[in-house]
Amino acid sequence: MTTTLPAPPPVRDPVPGSPPEASAWAEISQETFALTRRLFVQLQRRPSTLVAGVLQPLIWLVLFGALFAKAPAGLLPGGTSYGRFLGAGVIVFTAFSAALNAGLPVMFDREFGFLNRLLVAPLRSRSSIVFASVLYITSLSLVQSLAIMGTAALLGYGWPGAAGLLLVLVTLLLLVFAVTALSLGLAFALPGHIELIAVIFVANLPLLFASTALAPLSFMPAWLGWLAALNPLTFAIEPIRAAYAGQVSLTAVVLEAPYGQLSSATCLGVLALLAAGLFLLIRPLLDRKLT
Amino acid sequence: MIELQQLCKRYGGPKGGQGVVALDGLSLQVPAGCLYGLLGPNGAGKTTTLRILCTLLAPDSGRVRVGGVDALADPRAVRRLLGYVAQEVAIDKILTGRELLQLQGDLYHLPSLERNQRIGELIELLGMADWIDRRCGGYSGGMRRRLDLAAGLLHRPQVLVLDEPTVGLDIESRAAIWGVLRQLRDGGTTVLLSSHYLEEVDALADHLAIIEAGKVIAAGAPSALKGALGGDRVTLRVREFSDADEAARVQGILQSCAGVRQVVVNQAQGYSLNLVIEHDGVIEQLRRQLAEADLPVFALAQSRPSLDDVYLQATGRTLMDAELAVAGSRDPKAERKASM
Repeated sequence: MTTTLPAPPPVRDPVPGSPPEASAWAEISQETFALTRRLFVQLQRRPSTLVAGVLQPLIWLVLFGALFAKAPAGLLPGGTSYGRFLGAGVIVFTAFSAALNAGLPVMFDREFGFLNRLLVAPLRSRSSIVFASVLYITSLSLVQSLAIMGTAALLGYGWPGAAGLLLVLVTLLLLVFAVTALSLGLAFALPGHIELIAVIFVANLPLLFASTALAPLSFMPAWLGWLAALNPLTFAIEPIRAAYAGQVSLTAVVLEAPYGQLSSATCLGVLALLAAGLFLLIRPLLDRKLT
Repeated sequence: MIELQQLCKRYGGPKGGQGVVALDGLSLQVPAGCLYGLLGPNGAGKTTTLRILCTLLAPDSGRVRVGGVDALADPRAVRRLLGYVAQEVAIDKILTGRELLQLQGDLYHLPSLERNQRIGELIELLGMADWIDRRCGGYSGGMRRRLDLAAGLLHRPQVLVLDEPTVGLDIESRAAIWGVLRQLRDGGTTVLLSSHYLEEVDALADHLAIIEAGKVIAAGAPSALKGALGGDRVTLRVREFSDADEAARVQGILQSCAGVRQVVVNQAQGYSLNLVIEHDGVIEQLRRQLAEADLPVFALAQSRPSLDDVYLQATGRTLMDAELAVAGSRDPKAERKASM
């Protein structure tokens, strides 16, 4: 039934709250910084995440380092000690885990209805939600990485140097971007947090073991070597490991993969492609009306 | 200002059978600058309607226009026009109220100076000064609702949409919210609210639509709807407690009077009689007839038709009965999922 009503009064002049559109860049950065600020306020008032996040990789480093402390000298290529070898793996895996979990707060926001606040707002781009998480997790990962590198240095495993630190930063940013995009895409697509946690659980450790984080390719059977050489974690680990070994050259070969030699530049290029690809892939999920 | 045309929405996909029909060709027109009430029992489709209007949910079919903008084609333009106060207040317990409002202001791209000034205004308007800098986790229901209303108003929307804004609130908070809504309407804002409280819609709304089973079944100004029913409602008791025989006898006498319609014996209220009279003069005639039959009059109450009468007339049952009936036929799981 169509309703009949008296003729509506004339529409008012536009209110001051709707000015002509500002630049997309200004709007997206305003949204992104506001959302990032929320994440940092949460962290500041609930610092247990940070404390656990810094402690856990240190425990990894100390325990795993000790586990293989008696490995025969010269076992690893280039005669590195296991502790020195392990540092890069722990740094990357820590950042990877944090990024993989990035979807969880978004999922809880969805379940508690807070996300609707974001979805009814005229966000210039819902990618701001992704950017905010990337900024937050990258910063967090840098703090964790510095703690790991500091501890590694104390344990006598070396220090990557200034150029090396820059390389660590770029590598982590790319990896965190790719994995965070994936995780947020899942947070929008999956039915609830149970499913998201299941995916995180299934992906997390297998990706660690099927990478060069804990052992070099030369230790692996051929099939696992192939897996590890295709694993994005490996592409992040090897440039950092090379930086630890003192060579910060983008063109030097850092990995003898079964399909060919990889340089740091290639590794970073692959990570950048992966990040861009995943970001584009999840865009429709963010804009989808949840029907 | 708001035009909804032939909205249809079904929850629970075709996989698990037919699903539940939430909206079944609902159409609605809300004029600019008016306070419009959507009245209906729980489960009638009010929330679904508002969620579609606010671009949170896509209808299966139908058209949505706000201020002349097609919400399905240009949702962002519509989001800019709308302020939405959801039924379940979603706040971040860790943030303070002020921080939440600042976040909200940034999501609507207010310049920070204007944003902070506006937050100050709203704190005053809604009486939040004492607790706005405390964390939301400790807020009472009324505080949360006021904060949520402030968040919805922050960007001075042309249209404010509220889903059951006063459900479960204490009288003081309810009065405060009613006051703010009236003030907004007087300032030219279009306000659309849903409610299953008759009194709320009656007291607030310039226009209302009664929704049942996903359709609008009556719409108009409350006074016009009540006026259209015609007649006054009269409750008559000849004694404080009558019995069935006497009530039947009185019923016979009343029915023979000219200008009397629908005489019903209300057993639950001590055999009082409920009737509709066509004009005031009928009362005098009733008294005369009863006196002639040697019957006393213990109580006689006359009233204009209420919104409840309108509802009864339109749906054939009272709002309360409708709520009880609808409660069993919903699919809360599908709705919950859709609301995420």
